[in-house]
Amino acid sequence: MIRLQNIRKIFNAGQPNEFVALEGVNLSIGSQEATALKGPSGSGKTTLLSLLGCMARPTAGRITVKGREITSLPERFLTEIRRETFGIIFQQFNLIKGITALENVMIPAYPKGEKHASLKRRAMDLLDLLNIAGKASAKVEWLSGGEAQRTAIARALINNPSIIIADEPTAHLDTTLSREFMEIMRQLKKEGKTLLIASHDPIAYESDVIDRIIEMRDGTIVPPADGS
Amino acid sequence: MGAIEKQRHILDFTLATLGRRKGKNIALIVVYTFVICLMASVVFFADALKQEAAQILQGAPEMTVQRLVAGRQDLIPTHYIDSIRTIRGVQSVEPRLWGYYYDAFSGANYTLMVNADLNNHPGSIIIGAGVARRSEPGKPPQTLRKNDLVPFKTYSDTVVTLQVKGILPSESELVTADLILVSEADFKTIFPIPAGLATDLVLKIRNAKELATIAAKITRIHPDSRPVLREDILRTYAAVFDWRGGVILLILSGGFFAFIILAWDKATGLSAEEKREIGILKAIGWETSDILLMKFWEGTAVSLTAFFLGLFLAYLHTFLASPLLFEPVLKGWSVLYPHFRLTPRINIYQIAVLFFLTVLPYTVATIVPSWRSATIDPDSVMRM
Amino acid sequence: MIFHSGILALLLGSGLTGGMLGYSAYQGIRIIRQWDISSGSERQLELERRTYLVSTVMSYALVFQLLSLFLFIYTADTLSSLFIGAMCAAGSLQVNGFGYPSLLLKIVSCLLAGLWLIVNAADNKAYDYPLLRTKYWLLLFIAPVLFIETTVQAMYLLGLRPDIITSCCSILFSTDANTLMSDLLVLPPWPSQIVFFSSALLTMALGLFVYLKTRGAVLYATVSLLHCAISITALISFIGIYIYELPTHHCPFCILHQEYGYIGYFLYAALLVGAITGIGTGVINPFRTIPSLHDAVPRMQKKLARISLIATLAFVLMTGWSILFSNLTLKAY
Repeated sequence: MIRLQNIRKIFNAGQPNEFVALEGVNLSIGSQEATALKGPSGSGKTTLLSLLGCMARPTAGRITVKGREITSLPERFLTEIRRETFGIIFQQFNLIKGITALENVMIPAYPKGEKHASLKRRAMDLLDLLNIAGKASAKVEWLSGGEAQRTAIARALINNPSIIIADEPTAHLDTTLSREFMEIMRQLKKEGKTLLIASHDPIAYESDVIDRIIEMRDGTIVPPADGS
Repeated sequence: MGAIEKQRHILDFTLATLGRRKGKNIALIVVYTFVICLMASVVFFADALKQEAAQILQGAPEMTVQRLVAGRQDLIPTHYIDSIRTIRGVQSVEPRLWGYYYDAFSGANYTLMVNADLNNHPGSIIIGAGVARRSEPGKPPQTLRKNDLVPFKTYSDTVVTLQVKGILPSESELVTADLILVSEADFKTIFPIPAGLATDLVLKIRNAKELATIAAKITRIHPDSRPVLREDILRTYAAVFDWRGGVILLILSGGFFAFIILAWDKATGLSAEEKREIGILKAIGWETSDILLMKFWEGTAVSLTAFFLGLFLAYLHTFLASPLLFEPVLKGWSVLYPHFRLTPRINIYQIAVLFFLTVLPYTVATIVPSWRSATIDPDSVMRM
Repeated sequence: MIFHSGILALLLGSGLTGGMLGYSAYQGIRIIRQWDISSGSERQLELERRTYLVSTVMSYALVFQLLSLFLFIYTADTLSSLFIGAMCAAGSLQVNGFGYPSLLLKIVSCLLAGLWLIVNAADNKAYDYPLLRTKYWLLLFIAPVLFIETTVQAMYLLGLRPDIITSCCSILFSTDANTLMSDLLVLPPWPSQIVFFSSALLTMALGLFVYLKTRGAVLYATVSLLHCAISITALISFIGIYIYELPTHHCPFCILHQEYGYIGYFLYAALLVGAITGIGTGVINPFRTIPSLHDAVPRMQKKLARISLIATLAFVLMTGWSILFSNLTLKAY
């Protein structure tokens, strides 16, 4: 599904604060696979995730998504691919304050120009699926942690993506909500979605939902103990 | 594809966002509106004055013939009328008697003019509204009314008292404020002008196209004469009002420039919250051009609100309240200010000009800051 | 100089537009020199971001130029009362030698800006910015045109002094004067109408062909340009007189007045839109061969051809309507 070849990512190249985030990364993500990225902060986890999710361009190397090379794609094409293929759940949910949960869910689809009525219906269906339809017209500031989490997930699903990316999704959740989250992930995987979860929380990466764990350290992938 | 739906969605979102950030935006809109109101007032006022002058001058004679001696205006012999009347195209020639009377009481100069209708009522005068309000400097106006008696000092050092028969309507104040109409006999008592002379001659011309030719002919017959065309007067008034209006606009431009800097500063200084929000939008699938579109709608909403509000307030200021701020500069310095209500007149041209002078610079100032905010990296929110 | 607020507005407007073009051209030079699409370096990413800036600036520049074109004519019209002999914009523009050149340059820069935006749109449709260098070179060519326009307009406006005797449109556009204009007018209306309507027919037929088959675009572009010139001639020669209902009133500016329902704005808008989109189909035609634009160019050509067709048709319909419902009937021709 996604292939990374010899990826290198450098920030502030040529300046005194030059920082090599990723070096020599080779990775293949298969379809309908659930992968966990594990590693301490500064290991390049987030950078790798942003590259996988078409949110940034590598300094060197090649990336292919669904067979199409996207390394040098201009931003407008990259964004289109990202919008269609990926749904992103952030560490702090990153919902837009001051507007309702329903509106938050609809926002990623605005640039596509879908008719308002049908978009609203789809968003409501998603909220319903996640059992928070009752909170559709509540402003996000009034949502509880679990409700916000579900809203963030609904938002990630609005464009019907095939890949879900989650960046430290359980970092601000208690054990119950964390387990709940992984259950929702299990459900999505059953529906055929590919999952990419970056986390240093064992509840996430040790869950049986995960097929593969990739460990990162200092910008490179730590080769797995069994040499595969 | 639904390009229109897309615009609608983004517009809705933008308006909601503006609503969420009321504080910052209100301050900007208030200053913006104020600036537009100022400039619009100047433009409306100058234009209204021009129109007013043009309308009132419709009643003025098409051509006046004066006599110049050593470059200054002198009395014109009435026998010139005979030669001028023979010029082809001239319908009628009438002599006019008028002059300036200095009123020591109020310190003002009045225009004293002979009106043929009053020749049957010697001892009576008709005065303009500004004269009626005459007062000693620093003291409240006396308000002359019908049948009041007004003393006039003559050149033979005597005093002749004349009775107010009527007051000219206030609609014509712009031109008649300082006018006093008298009979010929009274005029000659106050100003001893010998017979056979008049202040100037007033002509009626059959065909407007021939004005220039006739004027040329008159100058040929009487080289010491100067024909003055009404069109020339109109053009001069228009030029003066334009010039004064333009000068005020230039002076205001300093203040406007300060506003532009404010607008640019506000656009550049995105709060962390705003940056985060744009970062989120980009991460979840909005493209740079979508954000640029959002910024465009934001600018448009702000500009249109300020523009129409500013125009509305300027309209009220100019046509309903007296244009307090600009009156003295535009109307000119004088002891007598004509009081008059301007007829409300605005047209599309003024609006277009104001748009260019205000919305355009604002838009240009916000282009680069908008772009900068639109090009925030999509992964920035993950790195925060 | 006349301190008219309209003049201040025009000077400010073109000053700003000129500045924006200059800034764009400067950005363009940087982009041309350092562009490397295959690189993922931060400099390349920065350059890609800059292209958005130039696109945005150019879009605004086009809109401002269009608005200032109409403001210019309107101002010339309003100022006509300050000049002896001038009764509309035609007279004001004659006051000094920079008036008509200024108008012409304004129209040309609108056209060029519009065409640039079409090329830019084509470039954005491909995933590898194939036209990048082309379009920024084009920009370096367009920017000086705009600078010249700003300068010429300034020289015209600043050189205006009231009371200069000039000609009114009835003299400029009359059959007695010894100008190109009068030669055009001596053309009797009947043949002019035939030329105009057949040109319109030909243009629309070609447009339809381009729309259906997406071929022959370059020919269509040339024909569009010619038809634009023929339309302007027709306006002066015979369309105007039906709108004014006066066989001797040929002025192309008076149709912008309120008393004629501002029909001039619609006619000129249709003409400009038709010209820009029509010529645009031909301008992007050479880019069909580029692999990444293989599908995009024909699609754009279809869209442009459709808009151009509608604009041309609108112009013809408005013309026909004016002629049919005018109180003027020309006999003896």
